[in-house]
Amino acid sequence: MRQLAEIFFTFFRIGLFTFGGGYAMIALIQRAIIERKKWIDEKTFMELLIIAQSSPGPIAINTAVFVGYKHKGVPGAFAAALGTIVPSFVIILLIAIFFASIRENIYVDAAFKGMRPAVVALIVGPVISLSRSMDWWKIVIAAFIGWALWYWGFSPILPLMAGALIGIGVTAYNAHKKIDKR
Amino acid sequence: MIYLQLFLSYLKIGFFGFGGGYAMLSLIQQELVVSRGWITNAQFTDIVAISQMTPGPIAINSATYIGYEVAGVLGSVIATTAVCVPCFVIMMSLAHFYLRVRGNRYMAGAMAGMTPVLVGMIAAAALLLMFPSDTQGASFIDAWSWVIFGMCMVMSMFKANPILLIGLSAVAGIFIYT
Repeated sequence: MRQLAEIFFTFFRIGLFTFGGGYAMIALIQRAIIERKKWIDEKTFMELLIIAQSSPGPIAINTAVFVGYKHKGVPGAFAAALGTIVPSFVIILLIAIFFASIRENIYVDAAFKGMRPAVVALIVGPVISLSRSMDWWKIVIAAFIGWALWYWGFSPILPLMAGALIGIGVTAYNAHKKIDKR
Repeated sequence: MIYLQLFLSYLKIGFFGFGGGYAMLSLIQQELVVSRGWITNAQFTDIVAISQMTPGPIAINSATYIGYEVAGVLGSVIATTAVCVPCFVIMMSLAHFYLRVRGNRYMAGAMAGMTPVLVGMIAAAALLLMFPSDTQGASFIDAWSWVIFGMCMVMSMFKANPILLIGLSAVAGIFIYT
């Protein structure tokens, strides 16, 4: 029960500060889940992001469910998802009930003007830290894909599938080569 | 039976909302504005604006807000639950399956092949925020934006807590823009 509460509150903190879409959460997760709590390692985190991206629903929830499930099974997944949802649920409900005019408030507007560039930095940071563990030619490919996705705005599903097929092909080729050598 | 309708509509949105966030917007709009007529287009735009100013996924934010507008607090609980059910079930099955097969070398090969694409996708998300096609709600509005961005990059290299960065930049925004 204590561990479930810990999962809930860890994701509650992450959920409370996830502004600007699911990717902004990556830096928060790296900090809290990988470095501090060590519930998963960086390689598993990359794999889980790939899976979270390829299944329906918000990336933030998918990521929480995966981490919670890996750490403590079904109750863990439930605690993590609930922790991510509750902050935004409560805030939106309060806004809906009391302050529908909040977006015209000049202080709120100014705070958001300050936060938006910070959110971009929180997304750029993980790109750099994730690239550190990659070979140089993989970084070139990643940079090209990033530019192409941004420039042409197509769906990332095809490059993901191509990457998976190439990865499987290379694995099969290497396995084949080993058998030949024997 | 408004509660059941809300539940089913959001179940559908949760189930077909691949790619998260903004990819789900047109689906939400289609379902709630066009086919159900629960809210107007102007209300929908308001909800998107409010979602951008509050933490959490836009799909969840819209479920909470529209659920409340349509059927009160219970409506908002029902819509929020419904939008989460599909991704919860699907993601848990995927996690369960993946954790069993991850030792397989072909699975590892596929993951290694997809990793550069993933990093590229995150980079594309950052580029899109830096150079948006639509200046409404742009992340960078003046030189101060780049100063805040630069400070946050430097501080994150020194392992500053991301939550601290968000808080400090909000305070900086209030000082600069009011």
